Amino acid sequence: MTADPAAPVVEVRGLVKDFGKFRAVDDVSFEVRRGEILGLLGPNGAGKTTVIHMLLGLTTPTAGRIRIFGLDLAHDREEILERTNFSSSYVSLPYSLTVRESLRIFAGLYHVRRPKARIAEVLETFEMPDLAKKQIRHLSTGQMSRLNLAKAFINDPELLLLDEPTASLDPDIADKTRSLLSHVAKKRRASILYTSHNMMEMEQISDRLVFLHKGKVIASGKPEDVVSAFQGEDLEDVFLKIAREKKP
Amino acid sequence: MRAHRIHALFLRYLYLYKRSLPRLMEILYFSLLDVVVWGFVSLYLARSQKGIPNVVAFFLGALILWDILFRSQLGISVSFLEDVWARNFLNLFVSPLTVAEYLTTLMLSSLVKIFLAAGAMALLAWVLYSFNLFVIGVSLIPFLVNLIVLGWAIGVFTTAVILRFGQQAEILAWGVALLFQPVSAVFYPVTVLPPFLQAAAKYVPASHVFEGMRSVISGGAFPAAELLWASGLNVIYLAVSILFFAVLYRGVKKRGLLARVGE
Repeated sequence: MTADPAAPVVEVRGLVKDFGKFRAVDDVSFEVRRGEILGLLGPNGAGKTTVIHMLLGLTTPTAGRIRIFGLDLAHDREEILERTNFSSSYVSLPYSLTVRESLRIFAGLYHVRRPKARIAEVLETFEMPDLAKKQIRHLSTGQMSRLNLAKAFINDPELLLLDEPTASLDPDIADKTRSLLSHVAKKRRASILYTSHNMMEMEQISDRLVFLHKGKVIASGKPEDVVSAFQGEDLEDVFLKIAREKKP
Repeated sequence: MRAHRIHALFLRYLYLYKRSLPRLMEILYFSLLDVVVWGFVSLYLARSQKGIPNVVAFFLGALILWDILFRSQLGISVSFLEDVWARNFLNLFVSPLTVAEYLTTLMLSSLVKIFLAAGAMALLAWVLYSFNLFVIGVSLIPFLVNLIVLGWAIGVFTTAVILRFGQQAEILAWGVALLFQPVSAVFYPVTVLPPFLQAAAKYVPASHVFEGMRSVISGGAFPAAELLWASGLNVIYLAVSILFFAVLYRGVKKRGLLARVGE
């Protein structure tokens, strides 16, 4: 657990990432608090995915500091990642394994206590018990997204990083997923960092937003504050204004 | 290093082979065909009395031992590629799994493949040609260990290159070990090589293993010097390959390429 319960779960300060001469992330700072859903949004190429990859230790920052659970990601990677999980609709799981086998592997990697019971629980949560013995190659795109989410919940994470997790889900499952995420954040005090291009979803689910554009934070705050700062009708309108370079 | 993470990842490779007939075939098919073809070649040479003593043992023994080296390397690089092909690599490296645990698991999974392939080859050689690989005796054990370690070193090196340069470098997974074959003196003594290749062979651990194996089959003394050379070189090569992997892994993270492996 984080030493100070009031301390932010994620603390990013002055984060910079250069790829050669191109600056993908430029002096980004934000926090994610306990039990909060933070929406990270921006047009394609804004730097959202690079920020998430740096938070997961996949990409080394050029400058800046990342602290998660009060620990330094550069030094305490294993401890941080054991309490974190990630899901993206762009990542897959081994095709020739069954749903249950795949979850068993990740339960082991995250050192889940009572893995059988936990696997049954996440399968139930994502309405997949009947798919447990099915090979992943035979899952539909939507089922695959649900499995990715089930994998992300396998270790009951205190921090979830979700990169467009509902992109391939039908409206029913997407709505249930959003409800589940809200429930996990509010009741279990888990923190969630969320990216999506569905502005209605972002407005609905996020407690706060961080708007990135060309690698910089150009707005942050509650969704309604961001909308009013840009004098937009809604988040979608704001997104279009930003993507088309109209500053407040 | 945490045993539970190694165990979990090891299961991933076992599950893969449990259900995939083509992958099992990939392990056994070429190995068994090699035994059949080289077995007949050996029989022909033996019957022609070309003056090579213990010709069947020389060729089939060498073939099986070479396959152990080759499988050991493939066990590392192809298992890595399995995760790249399945677009699962990212899921592994956002988990608490460390690079040391990952490489250890690849080495363990390669042992399973070696056991399957070499076991099947040895059995077939015994059934078809009455060649008992274990006639070499306990000397076989240090030979095997050295070949497996050299295969790991080549596999780790190859994997690092694929990690850095992406799937365009995939072909190396099957090709790099073969580069060592001409100077490994697998099927002929080092002395038949031209002088500059003889000099190169000195620094290839496999050449010492195969020279040693031939010495044992010919009834010579236990080749302690050859094994010492092989072991010393292997320790250096494995350490260098792991260091090489660590350096390239750090560079890959810096360039943001780790998240794009498999794209």
